[in-house]
Amino acid sequence: MSSKANIVTEPDIIFGKLTWDVIPFTDPVILPVMLACLLGGIGLFAFITKMGKWGYLWREWLTSVDHKRIGIMYMIVAVVMLVRGFSDALMMRAQQALATADEVGAGYLPPEHYDQIFTAHGTIMIFFVAMPLVIGLMNIVVPLQIGARDVAFPFLNSLSFWLFVVGALLVNISLFVGEFAATGWLAYPPLSGIEYSPWVGVDYWLWALQISGIGTLLTGVNFFVTILKMRAPGMRLMQMPVFTWTALCTNVLIVISFPILTVTLTLLTLDRYVGTHFFTNDLGGNQMMYVNLIWAWGHPEVYILILPAFGVFSEVTATFSRKRLFGYTSLVWATMAIMILSFVVWLHHFFTMGSGASVNAFFGIATMIISVPTGVKIFNWLFTMYKGRVEFSASMWWTLSFLFTFTIGGMTGVMLAIPAADFVLHNSLFLIAHFHNVIIGGAVFGYFAGFTYWFPKATGFMLDEKLGKLSCALWTVGFFVAFMPLYILGFNGMTRRLNYYDNPEWTMLLWVAAFGALIVLAGIVTQLYMGYVSIRDRDQNRDLTGDPWNARTLEWATSSPPPFYNFAKTPVIHDRDEHQYNKDRNTAYAVPESYEPIHMPRNTWCGIVMSGFALIMGFAMVWHIWWLAAFGFIGIFASVIIYSFERDKDYYVQVDEIEALEAAHLVHVNPQGLRAMQDKKSNLEA
Amino acid sequence: MIKNILKCFLVIVPVFLLSGCDLALFDPKGPVAEEAKSLIIISTLLMLIIILPVLFMIVYFPYKYRKNNKTEDYRPDWEHSTKIEIVVWTVPTLIVIALSYVTYVTSHSLDPRKPIVSDQEQMVIQVVAMDWKWLFIYPEQGIATVNEISIPVNTPIQFQITSDTVMNSFFIPRLGSQIYAMAGMENRVHLMASQEGTFRGVSANYSGFGFSGMKFKVHSVDNEGFANWVAKVKQSEQVLNSETLKQLQEKTKDHPIEYFSQVVDQQFEKLIEKYSGAKNVE
Repeated sequence: MSSKANIVTEPDIIFGKLTWDVIPFTDPVILPVMLACLLGGIGLFAFITKMGKWGYLWREWLTSVDHKRIGIMYMIVAVVMLVRGFSDALMMRAQQALATADEVGAGYLPPEHYDQIFTAHGTIMIFFVAMPLVIGLMNIVVPLQIGARDVAFPFLNSLSFWLFVVGALLVNISLFVGEFAATGWLAYPPLSGIEYSPWVGVDYWLWALQISGIGTLLTGVNFFVTILKMRAPGMRLMQMPVFTWTALCTNVLIVISFPILTVTLTLLTLDRYVGTHFFTNDLGGNQMMYVNLIWAWGHPEVYILILPAFGVFSEVTATFSRKRLFGYTSLVWATMAIMILSFVVWLHHFFTMGSGASVNAFFGIATMIISVPTGVKIFNWLFTMYKGRVEFSASMWWTLSFLFTFTIGGMTGVMLAIPAADFVLHNSLFLIAHFHNVIIGGAVFGYFAGFTYWFPKATGFMLDEKLGKLSCALWTVGFFVAFMPLYILGFNGMTRRLNYYDNPEWTMLLWVAAFGALIVLAGIVTQLYMGYVSIRDRDQNRDLTGDPWNARTLEWATSSPPPFYNFAKTPVIHDRDEHQYNKDRNTAYAVPESYEPIHMPRNTWCGIVMSGFALIMGFAMVWHIWWLAAFGFIGIFASVIIYSFERDKDYYVQVDEIEALEAAHLVHVNPQGLRAMQDKKSNLEA
Repeated sequence: MIKNILKCFLVIVPVFLLSGCDLALFDPKGPVAEEAKSLIIISTLLMLIIILPVLFMIVYFPYKYRKNNKTEDYRPDWEHSTKIEIVVWTVPTLIVIALSYVTYVTSHSLDPRKPIVSDQEQMVIQVVAMDWKWLFIYPEQGIATVNEISIPVNTPIQFQITSDTVMNSFFIPRLGSQIYAMAGMENRVHLMASQEGTFRGVSANYSGFGFSGMKFKVHSVDNEGFANWVAKVKQSEQVLNSETLKQLQEKTKDHPIEYFSQVVDQQFEKLIEKYSGAKNVE
């Protein structure tokens, strides 16, 4: 993140705007980070080379089209980006606690650097932490929950993932080469236009979001089709597990709203690259159009993030209350109501832009109506615990913490939905506290609950429960200590994104908030340590049955981790808690008479290679290196054309292999059945 | 661990209580902010009708039906109750209806464009957001200032707001509503001070590297004090004309207070025209 925002050179024909000066070799904050990343990268490269694992990585992971492996890779990238985004948060908290002198230069970060940090924090946390956690969970869980072999378009899934990685890489490259946007995470024009942001920061933002956004759109199409067309026989829509329902609604939202983002970003790109005037101050440009468009995407995006978290809570609460989910039908209808309403509330993000009273009132009331189905969901989870046997596992801790935190966040949200109150609360730290309250206390706690809950399913071993509970406690306490002061500061007139301020009354609470951020840091460190301990002790924590929580839905009927084909025999569905249904009737883990060959897609190089060209194109566009951009663009299309001529895209898994894999699971869950089958088989052969 | 948590709360709770007394939004100095304050309080109370029982249930249900408490009823297949469904859909709906009524009424009564009813005549102040300072033009007094205004107490003020740069938001927390300042457009907000004093004014919408220094002082004074202040501004040697405006258009951070004794031409209107199309004609 260089702060030399005023470097604008005439683009060179070979190197574009790129020179050695754009790398901040002299910056005391960036240089150590850059060296650490460089050394870490070299270390990792050397380690993989020494272990001779490149071939394995390439064949089994980087080219994989297996939804479970893609899901795991999403999770890994999300965790790395969480560390990056959270470092930004710590730097901001420190700056605001220190910046009491009322002049430029207060604290330790100049505005040119600080403003990039809050932009990067927002962009990273939404696009490169929350989104991959959502999509990663969907990848791991949805095909298993509906008894499918994989998603509908496995290659597209791989491409989606790698396009998302390109976006994340571009954001990280901007830290070391050039600068990132200093516009706020939604880059309102005209500030993000070429006149007010002449260098490359906004271009990094644009291309990172554009490329990863297309990946997300493809994911939306993929899962929408998967859920509608690939459910196991017998599974009616109203028998789908709630997580799958929320995933379906989320993907509908993605399919409808992400094209708006794509178009909005394209128009801003045209403004910046070819001098159009969609959003400029003059010549007919209209900044209000951008604000409307970006929130017409941005508000559904909020529900894209939160709905799957609601799905996780539904699964976790039912499992650990040892009870059927209360009010399944109303939960599903509530989800669909939220899905539709989320498209008619976008204006509440800018009541202060000056719409008429009736327009504001309409959007305010529409927003409040959303709180009804949301409230109903909370009651459904509460009444799922009612007359249950609640077991306080780590994922249940996250769920209970969510219920408490999110309820408070919902209340402050309704306050902001009243236009006349929003006129004094908008753009204040009250707003910041509110959306962190619902995104951390709602969405993120949900992903952590889901992460803990499905970790054994994805990997075959359990996460350390004690450390999981400790990290939940630290996150919860840290959240309240960090954000309750911001509510108060908002009431005290402190607005967002301040680099320094003149009101000494604010300092004390900002220190409390910074302390809260440190408690959250302790929570994150605990989680990383939990990951380390759990991997180290994996042999003691194996999940041999595939159903470690005694859970209810279909994904727990197969082994952990599931075989790459998920289910040897496509299950036939009787009940929405199919696995519980079979366990109650002693029909779970039935050994089939015989197996048939399974049709599976082959791994492919095309997703990662296409995305490699997309990275080249994005980087070249940022730096105005036109020939290289053209090369990247042609590369993308050449790859897909070459791929389309490949004949060998699928294969059949043979019965012997299936038998061996299934036996390894059945020996733990149904040894008698397995023996009977093997005896029968050897008799036949004899 | 638990000790540490308790310690945290022992530190935070008193801080909350202490800082509660004179929070800007709860210590309003004008009718608009006054109404916003009661609106915040009323809506919170309305919501607490449902939030408090829910928070109680969130703690009580998992405790009561915990796994080790075998004395409680356990009904693993109980999943539906029409009675409960009716209650959980109706009660929130009723509260939302009440809140919607409040929302509709206050959206109109606190509409920033609506003039404040008063026996005093309304005064106009034109506001221009610039990089990174606020320019104020008093068309009736024929003066202009940067980063400072004075207003007579109990006199309704019409702020006419535009921007000569990117989007900003004009906000005086103790007087009430904020509104965006955008180039080529005129936005309006009507505010009034009902007490004397000096209040902070800010840009609430991020506008670039000098944003944090983009604040101004609002002096609410009696009529005599206001006349004295206008006289003081009129003593300034500076005049606001195309030249001095050009100087103001330079990007500056932490810009000092400036006075202009005279405004040549209708600078505010010219700035709006500059963006809304007249530029081509020139």
